[in-house]
Order: sequence, then structure tokens, then C-alpha cells
Amino acid sequence: MNYSEIMVRYGELSTKGKNRQAFIGRLHGNVTKALHEFPDLTIRPKRDRLHIELNGEDAKAVMARLAKVFGIQTYSPSVKVAKDMAAVHQAVLDLMNETVPQGASYKVNTRRSDHTFALDTNEMNLNIGDFLVDQRPDLKVQMYHPDYILRVEVRREAIYLSNQTIKGALGMPVGTAGKAMLMLSGGIDSPVAGYYALKRGVDLEMVHFFSPPYTSDSALNKAKQLTTKLAPYAGYIKFIQVPFTEIQETIKATVPEGYLMTVQRRLMLRLTAALAAQRGGLAIVNGESIGQVASQTLESMVAINDVTTLPIIRPVATMDKTEIIKVAQDIDTYDLSIMPFEDCCTIFAPPSPKTKPNLEKTRYYESRLDVEGLMQRALDGVKITEIKSSDEFMNQDQDMISELL
Amino acid sequence: MVNMIYFDNSATTKALPVVLDTYRKVSEDFFGNPSSLHAVGGRGNEVLQSARKQIADLMHAKPDEIYFTSCGTEGDNWVIKGTAIEKRPFGKHLITTQVEHPAVINTMKQLEDLGYEVTYLPVDKRGFIDPEDLRQAIREDTILVSVMAVNNEVGAKQPIDAVAKILQDYPRIHFHVDAVQAIGKGLMKSLRNPRIDFLTFSGHKFHAPRGTGFIYMKEGRHIAPLLTGGGQEDNLRSGTENTPAIAAMAKALRLLLTDEDQKVAHQQAIRKAIYDHVSQLTNVTMFSQLTPDFAPHILTFAIAGVRGETIVHAFEPHDIYISTTSACSSKKGTESSTLAAMHVDDSIATSAVRVSLDEYNTLAEAQAFNQAFDQIYAGFTKLMPTA
Repeated sequence: MNYSEIMVRYGELSTKGKNRQAFIGRLHGNVTKALHEFPDLTIRPKRDRLHIELNGEDAKAVMARLAKVFGIQTYSPSVKVAKDMAAVHQAVLDLMNETVPQGASYKVNTRRSDHTFALDTNEMNLNIGDFLVDQRPDLKVQMYHPDYILRVEVRREAIYLSNQTIKGALGMPVGTAGKAMLMLSGGIDSPVAGYYALKRGVDLEMVHFFSPPYTSDSALNKAKQLTTKLAPYAGYIKFIQVPFTEIQETIKATVPEGYLMTVQRRLMLRLTAALAAQRGGLAIVNGESIGQVASQTLESMVAINDVTTLPIIRPVATMDKTEIIKVAQDIDTYDLSIMPFEDCCTIFAPPSPKTKPNLEKTRYYESRLDVEGLMQRALDGVKITEIKSSDEFMNQDQDMISELL
Repeated sequence: MVNMIYFDNSATTKALPVVLDTYRKVSEDFFGNPSSLHAVGGRGNEVLQSARKQIADLMHAKPDEIYFTSCGTEGDNWVIKGTAIEKRPFGKHLITTQVEHPAVINTMKQLEDLGYEVTYLPVDKRGFIDPEDLRQAIREDTILVSVMAVNNEVGAKQPIDAVAKILQDYPRIHFHVDAVQAIGKGLMKSLRNPRIDFLTFSGHKFHAPRGTGFIYMKEGRHIAPLLTGGGQEDNLRSGTENTPAIAAMAKALRLLLTDEDQKVAHQQAIRKAIYDHVSQLTNVTMFSQLTPDFAPHILTFAIAGVRGETIVHAFEPHDIYISTTSACSSKKGTESSTLAAMHVDDSIATSAVRVSLDEYNTLAEAQAFNQAFDQIYAGFTKLMPTA
């Protein structure tokens, strides 16, 4: 089917009174960013819809990108036809033949903004309905809850037909909720947490701790590759890598084994909070899930959370592992996440960390460290890269290999 | 060798230069063991997984449905014995045909020695099984049906779709198709019949190096490994992966399946040119037909009174290389098992020879073959029975 435009309906933002203009502007920008690979498109934002004129670009490919833009309720590919009933009939038949299976039910729903057109709304409904009854006798007309609604819009310049309404990614346009830092490890949970934060319109920057030589380049590249999977929702994402070797070695040498992990987490959180302060982040997002591991009991959260007053958003806190995995598979991060590279959370992991660390003891053990010096040196070694969805970190020989195959 | 006419492509094919380039480059630049932790191993693994993905895409399958083997024989052995071991608690009855490749037949025979029961389905005079026979043969304890897609000796395409349809009613039975002779011969639609659980392929039959092959194993099906060890291939086929050959095979498969329809039509035209010429002669018996139920690349016929090996050798001075019915049995001097199953008389079966084509043969080669054939045929008149 040669679709000529895609009509995008806004989500929740329709209800947000005076911020509306800003929200639409942001969504328009995000859609434009998501579709930058299609230069021939014309994107026109309107009060309650966005019209994307395809101008010959492939509707399927465009819709695949739209599916990852938050703030979209639904979208419909539509066909533009000249205002001539013979042309309308032909296009209706092509559209129905291609998209509607034998025996399905439908109804015709005409809207007319051009009131000078020869047929009025009811006449259009009847005319097209009659035509379809003749041409597709297998289909059933049904007014209530039909399988398909054939929408016919008579506008000034042309008539538009569509019969599919595809559910969008919902949520809020990314960027409308401000910026937060995501603590991205490389495991299954943190990318899922990032996905949910993006869905609520939060613009994210990744904070990743790495500890060479205890962690390999592969582990760092894996975290970057995971970022490419979230990038389509955000346009691009800043990836902040924080060297953590000295801190880990120092903690290992200074802090009793049971409190290693708790103190280490506090330092991670302190660094993330410091980065948020530097970079205008309003919150911290992480992939903690209550009780999943020793550092994620409520007692541990109390002992760790102690170092900052920034809101810590834990989108997957109350989800079961199986639910988290399901989402990870849907957003295509799971296969990457399970690749077996040591990350800095697993090295030096004591055999039996405290599941109920004591806050006072934690503070005491941490006070033995030169927290400020350690943090300063880590922050001085920070490296920031901008990551796009098309970047490739894991398979850097892919071009060469493609040639060989 | 430059003007050699090689018409024995069902025995093996010549590896393509570009395929060997890949073999060499991967051997040099990506030689790491894919299981090694370090970056060199990682690069080896990248090649391996890219090759797997490419083959999966070409086969319209998922990467984790493709397993690499060393050859077609290994694939056949693995699926059959692997099923026999895996499904032993459910039954010990297997069904195959009388015209399978020895890699299947002899594997079945070995299982019979171990207490399994095997039904060998007969074929008609043209070389085809009757799906109804299969239906009759299925028992409560049947665990595997193994039917080849294209017979290697006469080119008969077995009714895979009809078999698949019958097996719809028996979802627990493993359905294996030996597709060694079928790949690149216009059968992809049948091979990807959703009821098929296992497919066996061999690399050297499509211009990849020797020592390569792969099987397709449908998601959700399980067979026991034959090679246990370091856990490669998802713990089902241990042994360090032959990365250079696997990459070369992935490339050969891509080249093979590019413009497959045209290549099939091309081979059909060559086969028809030879068929039309030799079938007119009174003492020639054709075992392959031009009908659509025969593969496009195999033409088997006999000259009454002349032994197959004599015909093969008679073509050699012309620098033309054909085969008695199957290279695997040709040196043993035994008559073809497929022709025997077709109830072809021994005296004529021993006279059978096979011409087998690839996509690089030409019509000019067919004409040269026909000319040589005429000379050879005239020379043999004394040996032929008088009417």
C-alpha cells in the first residue's frame, strides 16, 4: 500500500493545560530527531495531532521508529486520494484488500472539514459502504465494536483514508520531565529502569563505573552497547564513565568485608549525585529491586541512600525478576545484559555481605576513607561520550566481517 | 583442467575462489578460538556468530536454530542417533525410505543392531515414496521420520509437503529431511515447511570447503549430542569451531541463493539439452525425468549392455567427468541402492551413470557432452543387445 501520510495522536499530554505548547514542541523535536534518517518527510505539528507527510518514504520504516517515541498515543498510516469518488473507491478497495482479512467486520466513519464537497458525511458513509458491500461481500458491516474502522477525512486539499490505529509508546515526550542520572551497570535491571524513566519524559544521562584492570574493555563496551538500545527513545544519550579502581582498592583495604559493598555503593551514589549537581540532573534513577540482592534490602537502601537528598527513582523496585526480564526482552537489552563480563559490582564482592547493614557502622567505616580526595580523583578521570542508536561498540569488526561473508 | 567439463557436482563441487579468500582471511585475521576470553577469541566468536546469523537469515530461521557440523554425514548421524537417544523412553521405532543416502541407511542399520526397529518405505518405479505408506507405517512408538528432499542418485524430489501434512497429526514425531542435494535447487519453500524439525546440509555440495555442514533444528526440539566435550554449539556439538570454513560456507550459501530461480532455470535448460539428445537413442534408459518432481541438476541414465564404470572412463579422454550413480558407492562396484529399490533390473542398474550439474555449467558444455556421447555410444554398439 502506498501510504501518503502518518497521523500521530498525542498521548496524555492532551490534558496538560498550559504546558501544552511546550510539550507539543518537545514531541515535535523528538519525532524529528527519531526520523532524521528520512530527509523527505514533512512533519507538521497541529493542536491535537502531528501530520507526517511521507513524500515517498517507506511508511513501515517510519512507523518502526515512531513506535519508540514516547508521548504518542496512537498513529495511523493513511492514503491521500484526489477528491473524486472513482479514485476514492479504488483506493478504498486496495486498502481493504491489503489490510482486512476475509470475514472481518468494519464500519465507515467519515469526517468532513471541507463542507463544500458534493457528498455530506452520511452520504459518504453510505456511498462507500454500498461500494464495499458489492466488492467485498465477505466483510460484515457492524456499527458497534467492528474489527476495522475505515476513516474517511474530506479535507480541503484531498481525501484521506485510513483503517488502522496503531498503539504508540505512550508516556510523555522525553525531556519534558527534566534530566536525571541513570546508574547503568550492565546487568538486566538498570536498562529497564532507564526505559521506564524515559517513558515518563525524563531525559537521562548514563553513569557507569568501571575498574580496570579488574573489569575489561568488554564490560565497558557492553554498557555502551546497552546505551545504544535506549538511545532510540531519547535521540541520543550522554554516557559518563567514572573510573572506580582506586576507590574499590582503597575500600577493600580499609573496610571490613561485610561492609565493603555498602560503602562502595555509597561512594557510587555520592559520585552520581556530584555529577548530577555538575550537570543539572534533578534525580538519580537506578535498577534496584527490593530484596533482590544484599545491597537492595530496605536496610541497605537506608544505609546507602544516606549520602544524598536527591530523589532516587527506582522504577523496578517492586517488580519481580521475571517481569523485569520480560521488559528487557521487549526493549532488546536482555541478550546484551546476560553477556558474561565482570562488572565492578561483582569484583571484590564478599561471599557474605551484610543484608542488614547498620547505618551508624556504615558511616563510621566510610569516615576512615579520604572520601573527598577519592571522589575528586574519580571525577577528574570522568570521560563523556555521546551515544546514538546506530553506534556499535561490541562488534567493532562487523564491517570487515560483513565483507568476508 | 581449463576446459574440463565437470558434471559430478552431486559428488562434490569446486570451492569458489572468493569463498577460499574468506577462508584464508578468517584463518589469518580471526584465528582466535571463539571460546577464548580475550579479544582475539572475541573476534573469532564475532565471525562465528555473524556467519550463523547470515545462514539463519538465508534459511529464514533463527540463529539459535542453526548448528555447525563437519559434513552431511555427521548431520544425518546426529539427528538420527540424537533422536534415538533423546526419545528412547518414548519409543524405539524409526521410519525412513529405501532410497536414502548411506549416511541415513547405515545409521539406521546400526540402530537396528542396538534394538531399535526401522521401517524402510519402498518407492515406486520412478523413485518416489507413497505418503500413504508412511501413514500406515506410523506407530504409537515412532520417534523419527527421516525422508530425503532430493534423491542423490536419480534426483527424485520426495513428497516432503505431503509427508509434513501427515505428520501434522503426530506432533511428537521428529521429522528430519536430508536436504544435502536440495539446497539451491529451488526447494526452499518445501524445506521451510513449518512441520519440518530438522534439516541436514553439507557445505562442499555448494562450493564451500570440505569439512563443513550445518543442521537446522527447530526451536523447541531436542536431540542428544553425539560429540560431548567443551560445550560448543550450545553444548550440543562440542569441538573447537572451524571458524574459517564456517565463514566460507556462509559466504558460499549466500552466493548460492542469490538469483536462485535463474540458476535453477539455467540448470534445467542444460539438463534438458542432454536429456533430449541421449533419450532418443534406442539403448538408453532414462531414470531421471524432466517433470517438475525431479531436481534440476541430476540426470541419470543407462546404456544397455555397458557397465557404468566403463561409460565413466570412456568420457575421461574427452575431459568430461561424470559418475556412476553415487560416488559413495561407485568404488565398491555395487549397483545403486536407489535403482534396486525402484526394481530396476540388475543388468541395467549396473549400466547407470549420473550427470550432475551446478549453476556454473553451461549449455556449451552440454553440447560438447552430447558430441562426446555420440562418439562413445557409436563405439559401444558392439556391446549393446541387438533388437
